Amino acid sequence: MSAVDKVASEAPPVEAVPKRSMTLGTGASLLMLALLIIGPMFVKNFIVFQLTMLLIYALAVLALNILTGGSGQFSLGQSAFYAVGAYTSAILMEHFGVNYALTLPVAGLICFGFGFLFGQPALRLSGIYLALATFALAVAMPQLLKLGVFEHWTGGVQGLVVTKPDAPFGLPISQDRWLYYFTLTIAIGIYIASVNLLKSRSGRAFMAIRDNEIAASAMGVDVALYKTLAFGVSAGITGVAGGLGAIAVQFVAPDGYTITLAISLFLGMVVGGVGWLPGSIVGSAFIIFVPNIAEGISKGLSGAVFGVLLFLVIFLVPHGARQVAIVAQQMLGKLTKG
Amino acid sequence: MELFINQVLAGIATGAIYACMALAVVMIYQAIDHLNFAQGEMAMFSTFIAWQLMQWGVPYWWAFLITLVFSFAGGIVIERMLFKPLAKAPVLTNVAGFIALFAIVNSVAGLTWDFTIKPFPTPFGSSPFLGSQLISTHQAGMIGVTVGLLILLYLFFQFTRIGLAMRAAAALPESARLVGINTSWMIALGWGMASAIGAIAGILIAPVVFLEPNMMGGVLIYGFAAAVLGGLTSPLGAVVGGFLVGVFENLAGTYIPGVGNELKLPIALALIITVLVLKPAGLFGRPIVKRV
Repeated sequence: MSAVDKVASEAPPVEAVPKRSMTLGTGASLLMLALLIIGPMFVKNFIVFQLTMLLIYALAVLALNILTGGSGQFSLGQSAFYAVGAYTSAILMEHFGVNYALTLPVAGLICFGFGFLFGQPALRLSGIYLALATFALAVAMPQLLKLGVFEHWTGGVQGLVVTKPDAPFGLPISQDRWLYYFTLTIAIGIYIASVNLLKSRSGRAFMAIRDNEIAASAMGVDVALYKTLAFGVSAGITGVAGGLGAIAVQFVAPDGYTITLAISLFLGMVVGGVGWLPGSIVGSAFIIFVPNIAEGISKGLSGAVFGVLLFLVIFLVPHGARQVAIVAQQMLGKLTKG
Repeated sequence: MELFINQVLAGIATGAIYACMALAVVMIYQAIDHLNFAQGEMAMFSTFIAWQLMQWGVPYWWAFLITLVFSFAGGIVIERMLFKPLAKAPVLTNVAGFIALFAIVNSVAGLTWDFTIKPFPTPFGSSPFLGSQLISTHQAGMIGVTVGLLILLYLFFQFTRIGLAMRAAAALPESARLVGINTSWMIALGWGMASAIGAIAGILIAPVVFLEPNMMGGVLIYGFAAAVLGGLTSPLGAVVGGFLVGVFENLAGTYIPGVGNELKLPIALALIITVLVLKPAGLFGRPIVKRV
């Protein structure tokens, strides 16, 4: 048997997405923004809370999208970074009395470091092996958080309760609504930064690595650096999302950050369209609302509904929401012409 | 010294569980070059089938046999219906497919048999084996079955035409097709065999960890760790890896301070990452060389 049994012509880990089709046009972006700003003014507090979670998960899905859609690396371990971010924010707020807004950059930085370091061993892994290593990370994370050594800080199995911030400057809006707009501001900031990142030199390096690693390194791209950097950036954004999540839910506990969360985020990315950043919010809506609806029909059904829908997406619309958006756009174009 | 020997023995006993699971993981990896994240759930589902048959009064060995046939057929059906169309798709799509399968099987098992923990019978009895307090007859039986299975697989792959055809299809699909091997059905056969081996693993494990829809979560991670340690391309490696992981886990729990029950999964994680970084091909695997 020959030693060379793998040929470079095998399927790439992720399908290539051209840079231009990774974002929305200006008009559509503004419309979406207007909806996100005005929408929550007219609904109940609980729905505002759900919309906040929608934005938070959208951020986490966006982070995964940068990693997978941008640099072509897998991660089934995003829940671990999310957990580290959440715990960083919670511990800073509760043990050190740091202002909630200030904990987020710290959470982001710590997670960036964590992701960058985890990216080092991950460098040597590709495709399925990377999925496996990150999968193991996600499974192990809740147990690490429960460790007796850290119990003084993490609260062990019980977790930590986080106080909800009030609106500043005596603004006459409820806590939930304030938190929503706070999250929205951060989400928009991160979204714009991500779009710019992918359009920058680093973004081009990510995509070159995704499409053909050997060619990229021949062009002078420092493959090791950019791969770990993608991991770091992705983990950092996930960490900020985790911190926001801790503030919004007002509670962190190890069992909130299991492999289920990592799988949900992965699912959100596939549904939203790999490599299409605006799809993150569609994916996030999917992972927040579909389980609720499924649980309403029958308890324990959500897994089956999730799985079946995922298969439908894979077979019918392999590019997720992006494909739907493109088809809708074409139909709209035909209507206006006719 | 006596403590050491005892711990090694106990490690081999738990290692048998991981070895079984790793064997199933390697079978699929051989056939399709993917790790099946739903392997554990498929094994769990098969075990529930066996349990259900026994509840209906089918004798143990008949239930065992029917379950094997059912799992074999089930594996082939899943491959034909869901994964054959994905053969040319990017890795990402395949991983998503496995996760979807994981969610569906877990959820359906939970809906059908609910989430309460059920005891599962063993044909070997659970008295101490040869007067040893550490290994029960069930665990000894488990080790025996695993080793027997490995020998059968070896004979199958080395000395039967169809075994040879499967190896050819896995190693060089294009050349295999040229000499008239139906590679597509070889893959389906690989799925069926992996599913049946998983069923055996599930039935052997269930008396130890008890039967419930989430029983395979931890075991699968260890199975992956074992498969990676032994080398994903080698069935023998998978079994040896399984025993090594079991022994390693027990020794680490005994001799490294601070490693108790709570750190067991992180140990598997550390093991997977260490092996993948230091020796990605594992102990017995073939190194993969990429042609540029």
